[in-house]
Amino acid sequence: MKRFITLGLLLVIFLTACGTASAPTQVAAPVTQATAVASTSVPQSTTLTVFAAASLTDAFTEIGKNFESTHAGVTVKFNFAGSQTLRTQLEAGATADIFASANQTEMDTAITDGLIGQNTPKIFLNNKLAVVLPSKNPANVQTLNDLAKPGLKLVLAADVVPAGKYARQILDNMSKNAIFGNDFKTKVLANVVSNENDVKQVVAKVQLGEADAGIVYTSDAISTSDLKTLEIPNDLNVIAKYPIAVLTKTANPDLAAQFIAYVLSSDGQNILSKWGFMPVQ
Amino acid sequence: MSTLRRFFRHLASNGHRDWIFIIPSLILVALLGLPLLALILRSFDKNFFSYALSSSALTALRLSLITSLISVSIAVVFGTPLAYMLARWKFFGKSFIELLIDLPIVLPPSVAGLALLIAFGRQGLFGPALSIFGISLPFTTVAVIMAQTFVSAPLYVRAARIGFAEVDVQMEEAAHVEGANQWQLFTEVMFPLAERALIGGAILTWTRALGEFGATILFAGNLEGVTQTMPLAIYLGFESNLGVAIALSVMLVGVSVVLLLLTRRLEKAHQPK
Repeated sequence: MKRFITLGLLLVIFLTACGTASAPTQVAAPVTQATAVASTSVPQSTTLTVFAAASLTDAFTEIGKNFESTHAGVTVKFNFAGSQTLRTQLEAGATADIFASANQTEMDTAITDGLIGQNTPKIFLNNKLAVVLPSKNPANVQTLNDLAKPGLKLVLAADVVPAGKYARQILDNMSKNAIFGNDFKTKVLANVVSNENDVKQVVAKVQLGEADAGIVYTSDAISTSDLKTLEIPNDLNVIAKYPIAVLTKTANPDLAAQFIAYVLSSDGQNILSKWGFMPVQ
Repeated sequence: MSTLRRFFRHLASNGHRDWIFIIPSLILVALLGLPLLALILRSFDKNFFSYALSSSALTALRLSLITSLISVSIAVVFGTPLAYMLARWKFFGKSFIELLIDLPIVLPPSVAGLALLIAFGRQGLFGPALSIFGISLPFTTVAVIMAQTFVSAPLYVRAARIGFAEVDVQMEEAAHVEGANQWQLFTEVMFPLAERALIGGAILTWTRALGEFGATILFAGNLEGVTQTMPLAIYLGFESNLGVAIALSVMLVGVSVVLLLLTRRLEKAHQPK
């Protein structure tokens, strides 16, 4: 029994130590932990929870920090994942204030499910896709045509993930083009060795050099080191429009609206373009 | 019915203090049981069989069964001698090996997946050496088996070690006196006596291999028919096709229950001895 109590005390000390030490840097921490941190260190703070597409990880983390610095007592918490995962989590009752999706489909489903209510989603950025290669380029990919080389290890996002849908649309576009030939998509898809659950997983597999190529957002290509990028021409590319909206469940509709206004402001748009997105303003 | 009546009579006779034990227990049992109940209730759907028999579900099921059975075989073939050594021999570095074997049991599978990738990935520690022989492990079915073996084989070694350790030393000595060599001692004395522990350990290992997710998705990726086992199909299915995900989940729960009941029976049969 005594041992149990000692163990319990140790646990309490450990938790409090964690709480005070990591409070300012906890950005993308799991929801429960972050709540505990917020309630112990800053008693009167307001927390804004943003569910955002995985591709927004770097840009929104910076935007969140800036927003916190201009709004005293506000903590911005993020949940970054594939948009389809976020939408499923919201449907299942996850509470959040804002949903930023990487495609219109997930936002539309969220609207149909009554998650958005009367709030109108706003398009806050455009994004294109690009082919990324490990810096050593083991498969010696020089042109987009090389994606169809037999034996190439290609990683895509799964077809339920926005980035995966866009990648397949681009392959469709390429198949319609005489340079690539109409069996181009079939040949490229035969090279797919993994369908990842979100776009950041695709980036990781290419960055580690395990895959020879991946199709991701231009923003991922820019924000990640040791990657080579092969651009996809505009006439073949897909412009991804990202919508953002306040959720009906929010406890702070005004603060949530302010956050979205900040994302759309020139400051917010500058941060987005710094991370490789195309601003809409 | 009579057990329930006896239970309530027991409550009445022992006064209110029993609730100190009963209430926390009920809460935990509810937490463990209700989600599974909800899953099974939700699966009562007229489309259950069309989901369960859909080609992607069957492909995942087949891949899961094949890979997990291979993983268990590897665990048994390589783990039995190891467990025997750990139970009966004294040698340098034994406690280190014991620690090493227990580690995968407590490590998060994502750590296992990352470690495998960094060791056997193309750019990993042994990747360049493997590529000389034209071997590239990530994104292959072999990678799935390696991930499953990494996380599940320790369970077998553990169970087998305990099984061997429980065999009476006198039995061994008697065999020695009779002139049995090490191999005869193992095959004719130790193995038959520890058989139940070995089978129980193998079944537990199998259930763990069937359920492996985190290490697989990191090390082997996700491709239908090649690396997409049932847990991966469930994870991706829950976002695109909830019906298939639920059907697969219920199938996994069913298989696991059968396997666990089997181990229980083995344990019970063992006790009267």
